[in-house]
Amino acid sequence: MSETPHIDIDYVANLARLDMTDAEKAKLGTQLDDILGYFDKLNAVDVDGVEPMAHAHRVFNVWREGDQPGETYAPEVLTKMAPESRDNQVVVPKVVE
Amino acid sequence: MSDLHFKTISELAAMLAAGETTSVEITQAVIDRTAAVDAQVKAFLSTDAEDALAQAKASDERRAAGEALGPLDGIPIGIKDTLAVKDQPLRCASKMLENYVSPYDATCIVKLREAGAVIWGRLNMDEFAMGSSTENSAYQTTANPWNLETIPGGSSGGSAAAMAAGEAIATLGTDTGGSIRQPAALCGVVGMKPTYGLISRYGLVAFASSLDQVGPFARTVEDAAILMEAMLGKDDLDSTSIAPQGETNYAAALKEKKGPWKLGVPQEFFGEGIDPEVKANIEKAIDWYKSQGCEIVDISLPHSELAVPVYYIVATAEASSNLARFDGVRYSHRSEEAKDAMTLFTKSRGEGFGDEVKRRIILGTYVLSSGYYDAYYLRAQKVRRLILSDFEKAFEQVDAILTPTSPTPAFKRGERADDPLAMYLSDVYTISVNLAGLPAISVPSGFTKSGLPIGLQVIGKAFGEADMFAVANAFEKAHDYAQQTPTL
Amino acid sequence: MQYEAVIGLEIHVQIKTRTKMFTAAPYEYGAAPNTLTDAVVLGLPGTLPVLNHTAIEKCAKLGLMLGCEIAEVCKWDRKNYFYPDSPKNYQLTQNEEPLCIGGKVEIELPGPSRNVEGEHRWVALNRIHLEEDPGKLTHEAFETVIDFNRAGVPLAEIVTEPDMSSSAEAVAFLNCLRNMIVYAGISDCDMEKGQLRCDANVSLRPVGSDKLGTRTEMKNLNSISNVKAAIEYEIERQTEILEEGGSITQETRRWEVESGTSFSLRSKEEAHDYRYFPDPDLMPVQMDRARVAELEAELPERPLDKQRRYQEELGLPFTITSVLCVDRELSEFFEEALKTHNAPKQIANYITNDLLRELSAVSEHGESAHSVSQSKLTPAHIGTLAKIIDEGVISKQIGKEVFTEMFATGEMPDAIVEKKGLKQSNDTGEIEALCREAIAGNAKAVGQFKDGNEKALNALKGPVMKATKGKANPKMLDELLKKLIEEGE
Ligand SMILES: [Mg+2]
Ligand SMILES: [Zn+2]
Repeated sequence: MSETPHIDIDYVANLARLDMTDAEKAKLGTQLDDILGYFDKLNAVDVDGVEPMAHAHRVFNVWREGDQPGETYAPEVLTKMAPESRDNQVVVPKVVE
Repeated sequence: MSDLHFKTISELAAMLAAGETTSVEITQAVIDRTAAVDAQVKAFLSTDAEDALAQAKASDERRAAGEALGPLDGIPIGIKDTLAVKDQPLRCASKMLENYVSPYDATCIVKLREAGAVIWGRLNMDEFAMGSSTENSAYQTTANPWNLETIPGGSSGGSAAAMAAGEAIATLGTDTGGSIRQPAALCGVVGMKPTYGLISRYGLVAFASSLDQVGPFARTVEDAAILMEAMLGKDDLDSTSIAPQGETNYAAALKEKKGPWKLGVPQEFFGEGIDPEVKANIEKAIDWYKSQGCEIVDISLPHSELAVPVYYIVATAEASSNLARFDGVRYSHRSEEAKDAMTLFTKSRGEGFGDEVKRRIILGTYVLSSGYYDAYYLRAQKVRRLILSDFEKAFEQVDAILTPTSPTPAFKRGERADDPLAMYLSDVYTISVNLAGLPAISVPSGFTKSGLPIGLQVIGKAFGEADMFAVANAFEKAHDYAQQTPTL
Repeated sequence: MQYEAVIGLEIHVQIKTRTKMFTAAPYEYGAAPNTLTDAVVLGLPGTLPVLNHTAIEKCAKLGLMLGCEIAEVCKWDRKNYFYPDSPKNYQLTQNEEPLCIGGKVEIELPGPSRNVEGEHRWVALNRIHLEEDPGKLTHEAFETVIDFNRAGVPLAEIVTEPDMSSSAEAVAFLNCLRNMIVYAGISDCDMEKGQLRCDANVSLRPVGSDKLGTRTEMKNLNSISNVKAAIEYEIERQTEILEEGGSITQETRRWEVESGTSFSLRSKEEAHDYRYFPDPDLMPVQMDRARVAELEAELPERPLDKQRRYQEELGLPFTITSVLCVDRELSEFFEEALKTHNAPKQIANYITNDLLRELSAVSEHGESAHSVSQSKLTPAHIGTLAKIIDEGVISKQIGKEVFTEMFATGEMPDAIVEKKGLKQSNDTGEIEALCREAIAGNAKAVGQFKDGNEKALNALKGPVMKATKGKANPKMLDELLKKLIEEGE
C-alpha cells in the first residue's frame, strides 16, 4: 500500500450488515485511518517464502468417526430463544431474493 | 470463620478435608462479600446465590458421604460472561444477547463441575471480550478494587476485580491478546493463559478463534495450577484442542522444581512506552531471579513490535466472521425496525453491538474484503509465523521468558476511551504470546508509589506449563505481594 | 453471425450420511421442523464444528468415481455472507484447497432414436469440494419461516469446466452423473427432495472463437427439465441481445418455473464479496494414500463401462443394456443370475421384460415403488427358469406361466414345474398319435404346407398342444409333423 489506506465505510458496513449513523461512520473513519496507518509497519517486513500461520499447532485429521447420530434439541429450545416463532419454526420478515 | 473469601483453594481444600469449614460456609462468605462490595466494584453482571448454595450443599453431602472429588470440590468459582453455563444468562456483556440463556455447559464448566466446583455468577467484561479496560461492557463499568477511579484492565476485568475484592475464590477468564494476564496484573492477582489448545474452547463465545484461550485467575500460582489440571485435555467437541504433552501434575511439580533456570529477557519489551515504575519493578524482579542463581539471558524477539498490527488484523478478521451469527434471527437482539431481511440484519446488529465491537467488525471485514486480503490478512499470517519463529529460537536458549505484563499500571476510567490505538497498545507485551500459542502467567510483582499493582509475566514454552508455574511460584513464594488485599 | 453456447454446471449433491457435516445431529428428509438440530446446527454462541470423517471418505469416493485427483491435503474455508437460513452467516466450505481436483465424466448424448445408441464424449470437471447445506426457508404471504433441519447436511459441490455446448449435453451430463453417484452409494440424487441441485453458467461466443463470452449464472434449477428449459431460454435470450448489437451483463438469474422465464437477481457490481479465509476452528485433512487406494478398490464399475462390456462381451443389444445398466441393483441381479445359468440374452430378456413389467404392475397397484430387492425373486429364480427352458424341461410358453407363479409366491421354478406337472412331454408315442390325428383332420393345412407355406404347420401344432396342455416339446413336434407329412406322400 503506497497510498494511505482509507476504508470505504459504506461498502464495508454493508458487507458487515451494520447500520451506523453518519456521525458514527465519520468518527470511525478517522479512527480506522489511524489504525490502518499503524498497520503499514507490516509492509516493511520481508515475508517472501514464509508459510502463513493459520493454526498454532500443525495438526491434521481431527474428525469424528462412525457417523453415529447424537442427541438433538427439542424444537422448543430454539423457539424459546427466538425473537419470533410459529409452529416450531423461526419467523423473520419476508425474505425476497 | 473470618475472611474465608480471601483464602486460597489449597487452604480451603485443607480446611474442608479437616472438617473445619463447609462449602456452604465458604460459598455463603463469598455471597456475603459480594453483597457487601459489589456495589462499588461492579464485577458481577448477575449472580444466582440460590443455585450456588445448592451446588455447595451437594458438595458438602458428597464429602459427608466420603466421596469428595479433590481440591476444587466445594470451591466457588466465578465465570466470565463469555463462557456458557447451562441455564444461566450468557450475554458477553452485550445488548446483543440481553435475553439469551445458554442451553448447554462449556467444556471447561463441565470439567469444573466434575471436579466438584461451585459455579458462581456471571462476571463483567468488555463486550465480546473486545477491550482492555472493561469499559466496553453494555451493562456496567467495573472498578479496580485497588483504586475505584481506575480501570481493572480487560477484557476479563470482572474476573480480575472479583478476585482482588474477594468475591470469589477463583475465577475464569478468557485471553485472546492478554485479556487474563493484563487485568490480573492491574488487579494484583495471578492470571494465566495456557498453551493454545490445552483447554477446550467449546462453549467459549468466539472472539478470535485462533487466539482465544480459557484460563484461571487465582490468588496463587499453585491455585492456578490446580484449576489448570482440572480443565485441560483434548475435547472431541473442539478440533483445535490438543492432548497435553509432558508434565501435567502442575501443582505437585511446582513444589519440586526449584531451578535455577535460564531466563530470557527480551530487550524489545523495555523500550518506548513503558512506565518507569513498571520498568524498575520488573528489573528488580529479574534481579531477584539472578540472586537465586538463575542465568539471565538477553534475548531478542525482533518481530515483537509487529505483534500489535498482526494481532489487530488476525483478531478482527476472525471476529468479523465469528460475530456474524448475531443477526437477530435465532437468539440475539432483533430490532423493532426490522422490515425485511436486510434491515433485520443491519438494524439488529447496529442496535445490538457497542462502538468497539462495531469498530473491530468493520476493521476485520475490511481486511478480508476483496482486494485487501493479501495485503492485510495473508501478510499478517506470514508475519505471525515470524513472531512464532522468534520465540522458538529464544526457547532454544532459555527455560522461560520474563517481561512486564502491562506497560502501565491501571489507568483512569475514560482516559483512553476515545483513542482506540492507545488502548490497543496496552496489550503490547501480551499479544505476541497469543499469536505464538504459548502459555504465560502474570504474578503480582509489587505496587506503584500510588499503590497500584504491577505484574510480572512469565512466558513458557509450548506445553511448558509445569516449568512456567515453577518459575512464577518461586518468585511468588519469596514475596508477599499476592497476600495483600485492597481496602474496600 | 453464428453463436455457440458455452455451458458449465455447478451441482450440489447431498452426501448420504446419517449425521451432519460438522456435528452428530442426524438428518433425514421430511422430519418435523427443527427436530434435527443441536447447539452446533443452530450456531449457538460458543459452538464449534467437528468434521464428519464418513462424509470426507464418501466425497473422496465420489471424486474417484468421477476421475478426480484426490488432494494430498485439503483445507476448510469460511465463505462469509448473510442469509437467514445460514446459522453462522458463513458457510464452511473448501475454497483454496478442495478435496477433489479435476476429473471427467463420460456422457452419452441422445441417439437418433430411442433404440439407437448416441454419441459418447467426456465432460471435464474443475473440482469437487465439501461444504454444508443451509436451513430451509418457506416464504409465506408476509413472513418467512425457517426450519434448520437441513442446516449442516454434507454437500459435495461438483464444478464442471465450461465444457458443454447445448442443453442436451447438460441433460446428458446430469443423467450420467446421477447414475454414477447413485451407483457409488454417495447419494440418492432425488431432485425433488433437494438431494441434487443444479446451477448453470451460460455464455455465448461466435462459432470458431476460443474466447469465452460474458456469462450469466442461473439458479434454482431443481429438475432436469428445468435445467433444459432454463439453458435453452438463456441461449435464446443472449442470442437475441447479441444479434441486436447489445452486450451481456454478468449477473445471477433466477429461473421461474411458472412463467418459463428467468429474471436478474443481482449484477456483478452487487456481487458478493465473500471474504473467504481459512477456518480457524477446523484442522486440515491429510488424505492417506493407502486409504485412497482402498476406496478406489471399493468403487463399482461405472455404468457406461458396464454397458460397453455387456454389449461387447455378452453380445447384448444396446436397448437392453441401457435398461439394465441404469440401475446398479438390476445389473447386479443380472450378473448374479448368470452364475446359475450363463445365458445372457435369455436372462437379460427375462429381467428387462418380464421382471420389470411385473414390478411396475405392483407399483401401479398402489404399493410404493417396487424394486428388485423388494420382490420375492432372487437371481437364482431367473437363472433356474432360463436353465430349465434351455434344457427343454419346459417350453417358453409354460415359462411365462411359471414366471407369474414364482413372482407371486417366491417358489423356485423347478418346484413349480414339479408341483403343477408342467414338465414338457417327450413321449413320442402319444404325440405321434395326436399328430396323425391332426394331419388327418386338416387336409387344407397339409396341402398348404406342401405348397411351401411353413406357417401352415402351426394349424396342425395347435390341436396337439391343446391336447397335451402345452407340454409337448415344440421342436420335437415340428420335426415329427414334417416327418409324418413326408411319409404320407
Ligand atoms: Mg458455487
Ligand atoms: Zn456451494
